[in-house]
Amino acid sequence: MGSILRIILQRLALGVLTLIIVSLVIFAAVNALPGSFATAILGQAATPEAVAAMEQTLGLDKPAVTRYFSWLFAAVQGDFGTSLSQANFASFAGSVADTGVTVADTLAPRFRNTLFLAGLTALIAVPVAVTLGVLAALYRNSAFDRATNIFTLSSISSPEFFMAYVLILFLAVLNPWLPSLSNISDDMTLGERVRTSMLPALTLTLIVTAHMMRMTRAAIINLLASPYIEMARLKGMSPFRVIVKHALPNALAPIVNVIALNLAYLITGVVVIEVVFVYPGIGQLFVDSVKTRDIPVVQACCLIFAAAYILLNLLADVLSIISNPRLRHPK
Amino acid sequence: MTPISRRGLLKTGAAAGVLAATGMPLKAQSRGGTLRLGLAGANTTDSWDGRTHSDSYMIMMAHGAVFDCLTEVAANGELVGELAESWEASADAKTWTFKLRTGVTFHNGKPFNADDVIASLNMHVEEGASSAAQPIVSSISEMTKLGDHEIQFVLANGNADFPFLLSDYHILMYPSDDIAGAIQNGIGTGLYKVDSFEPGVRVLLSRVEGHYKDGSAGWFDSVEAIAINDSSARMTALMTGQVDAVNRVDFQQEPLMRANPNINIFEVTGNQHFTFPMLTNLSPFENLEVRRALKHAINREEMVEKILQGHGAIGNDHPIGPANQYYASDLPQNAYDPDLARSILANAGLDGLSVDLSAANAAFPGAVDAALLYQASAAGAGIDINVVQEPDDGYWSNVWLKKPWCACYWSGRATEDWMFSTAYESGVPWNDTQWENARFQELLLTARAELDSSKRGEMYGEMQALMSAEGGTVVPMYANYVDAHSTALTNSGTVGNVFQMDSSRLVERWWFA
Repeated sequence: MGSILRIILQRLALGVLTLIIVSLVIFAAVNALPGSFATAILGQAATPEAVAAMEQTLGLDKPAVTRYFSWLFAAVQGDFGTSLSQANFASFAGSVADTGVTVADTLAPRFRNTLFLAGLTALIAVPVAVTLGVLAALYRNSAFDRATNIFTLSSISSPEFFMAYVLILFLAVLNPWLPSLSNISDDMTLGERVRTSMLPALTLTLIVTAHMMRMTRAAIINLLASPYIEMARLKGMSPFRVIVKHALPNALAPIVNVIALNLAYLITGVVVIEVVFVYPGIGQLFVDSVKTRDIPVVQACCLIFAAAYILLNLLADVLSIISNPRLRHPK
Repeated sequence: MTPISRRGLLKTGAAAGVLAATGMPLKAQSRGGTLRLGLAGANTTDSWDGRTHSDSYMIMMAHGAVFDCLTEVAANGELVGELAESWEASADAKTWTFKLRTGVTFHNGKPFNADDVIASLNMHVEEGASSAAQPIVSSISEMTKLGDHEIQFVLANGNADFPFLLSDYHILMYPSDDIAGAIQNGIGTGLYKVDSFEPGVRVLLSRVEGHYKDGSAGWFDSVEAIAINDSSARMTALMTGQVDAVNRVDFQQEPLMRANPNINIFEVTGNQHFTFPMLTNLSPFENLEVRRALKHAINREEMVEKILQGHGAIGNDHPIGPANQYYASDLPQNAYDPDLARSILANAGLDGLSVDLSAANAAFPGAVDAALLYQASAAGAGIDINVVQEPDDGYWSNVWLKKPWCACYWSGRATEDWMFSTAYESGVPWNDTQWENARFQELLLTARAELDSSKRGEMYGEMQALMSAEGGTVVPMYANYVDAHSTALTNSGTVGNVFQMDSSRLVERWWFA
C-alpha cells in the first residue's frame, strides 16, 4: 500500500505543477486576445480616457508579468482575488472599500450547481452505461447489442444542442412533463431541483453514455477470449455469472478511466447545455468572463477545470491499481 | 412608408398599430400575480449602477422597476413627471426650476428630497467615473437646493430638452446617504424592491406597499426576471408557459409563435437604427459626390426584408427616428437608383470607384450580411465595395471611429438635440463621420435654446434634410423592437416605443387579464 501513497503524492505534486503551467498559459492567452476588460465593459463608450481611467483604477495598467506574479502569489495563499467586474462596481460606487465579493464568492454557487448537475447525470448515466455495456457484451452481435450501439452512437454523434432540443420537444413541448428552463436556485427543495435539472441531466446522459457503454462492452469482450474465462465456462457457470463475477472485475481499469474522463467532461464542458437550458453553472460564467477579459475569474475557472481533470484521473489510476492485484503488489 | 404626422404617430399611430396587430381587448387593471420574464441582455457583470447600464435586462430592472428618474416618457410619447412634479424654464431655457414629489421614500426608509437629486446627478461627473450620461450632467453648471422639494438647475447653454434628458435610463435617483449601498443592493424609490439579485442569472422583485404610483401603475405583486440570453431557449420558455413575456423575438421562430393562440407578438418602430458611417475627412469620402452615389447605391427595402425579415422601416440617412418629436417624415427619400449613382460618379470623373467597408456582427445582428447586400446592390452602379470582415472582439475600439467606412448601430435618443449632439456635433468623441457643415452646426445650437416648438420643428427638419442630402452616414434602416407575451398579460393598448418591452416599463404598466 505504501507504493500507492507514494504514487498519489507524486501525482499530486505533478498536478500542482500542471496547474501553475495551465494558469500561465491561460493568462498569456487571455492577454493575447484583442481588447481588454475596459474596452469590453465600455463597448461603444470606450474613449481612450475612459479606458485609461478604468485600467488605472483596476491596476490593469501594470505590466502583465507583474500582474501574473502578484496573482500567483496571492493564489498560492488561497486568495483568488476580486473579479474585475466586482472591483469595477466598487470603484464606480465612489468608494475604494471592497464590496467584499471575491472570485470565490462568485464561483462557489455556480460551481455547486455544476457539481449538482454532474452528480445527477453521473447517477443516471454510469449505472445505465455499465449495465448496457455488460448486457451488450453478454448478448453480443444480437439485435439488442446492435440496437444499443446504434442508439448510443447516434446520440453521441449529434450535436449537444440538437439532443437538447429533441428532448425539449418530446418532454417539454409535446408532453409538458418537465420544465424546459432549468434555472435552479438555492431556495428550491432537493426534489424540485432534481425535477428542474432533469432535462439537462438526461441530455448529458445521452451524450456520455456511449463512451462508457462501448468501453465496458469492449473491455469485457476482450477478456472473454482469455483462458480463465474458458475455464469458468467449462466449469458450467452461467454466461451472466461469468461476465459479472470473472470478467467485469478485471475489466474495471479501462472502464473506470473512461468514467473519470466523462465526469471531468461533465464538470468542464457543458457550456452549450447550460445555455440551452439556462442552467446557472460554471460554464456560462466562464464564457462571460472570457468575453469581458475578467482574468481573475477566467484563471480560477481554468484551475477548477484543470484540477477536476487531474484529480479524477488520479482517482481513476488509483482505482485501477487497487483493482489489479499485479499492480497492487509489484515485485 | 405611409405619411404620418410627427406627434400623431406617437399619440395614435403607434397605439392603433399595436392594437390592430394584437387584437387585444382592453380590460380594467387588477392587482396580483407574479410576472415571470425571460430576458436577453443579461451579463455576469451587471450591477445596480445606472451609469453602467446599456443592455435591456438591467434597464428593465433598474429604470423600469426598482428606480425612478425625475421625468418619464409616457407610453404615448408625452413627457410626464416621475419624481418631479412640475418644472418651468426661464425664457432662454438656461435656468430650470423643478418641484419634487413629496412623501416619497426609498426602499431603505429614507425620505426623498432635493439632496438625493444633487447627489445622484453628481455621480455621473465624479472623477474617474465613466457614465454615458456624463455629457448631460456636465451641461449643468449649477445646482441649487431651493427647498427640500425644490431645486434649480442653471445650464451652461440654453437647452429646451433638459426635462426630456432627465428621463434617461442612466440618470436614476439614489439615496444620498448611502449611494454605495444602494448600488450594491438596489435601493431606489421604484414600485418594486429587490428581494434577490444574481447578476446574469435572476432577479426577484416584490411590490412596495403604499407607493406614490398606486392606482396608476404597478399591478404585479412580484416579478421574477430570468436571464435567458439564448434566443431559442427564450422562445421555448414562452411557448411552454414558463415565462409570461420575452424580449427580442427570434425572427426564425416568429411564424411558429404567431401560430400559437396563447402568444401575442408586439412590435413598435422606434429610434433604433443601423448605420454605415463614413469618415468624411478621409479620401474618398471627403467628396460629396461619392457620398451621394453611395446613398443611391444601397437597396434599403431589400435590407429591411432580408436583414430584419421585414421587422423594420427604411432609413433616410439621418439619425432621427419615428419615436422622435420632430421626425421629418416628409423628406424626399434617398432611393436605390444605380443609374443615378453611376451618372453622379461619371459627372465627378470617378468611374470605377472602389472602397473598403468594414463590418462585424458586433456592429448589429446581420451587419456582415448587410454589407454583402450593399456590395451586391452597389455593383449594379459600377461601384466596387470590398467587404472587410472584422473580428467582433474589440470592434468598437479598433474599427469604429478608426476605419474610413464601417457598420455601426445607434439605439437612438429621445430628443433630436441629444442624438445630434452625441454623434454629429463637431468635436464630440463619438462623432463617427467628422462631417463639418456650418449651417448644420449653427442650427444645432440655435434649436437647442429655442422654446418655441414650431420653430424648433422647422430647424430640426432642415437639419435632417441637410444630413440626408450631404451627411456622412448611410442609414439603411430602423429596426423594430419585437417582443412577445402570453395572452394572460394585457396592457392599456398603448405601447411605448422609446425602447423595447413598452419602453422598458412593462413591469410597471402591464397586468394580468
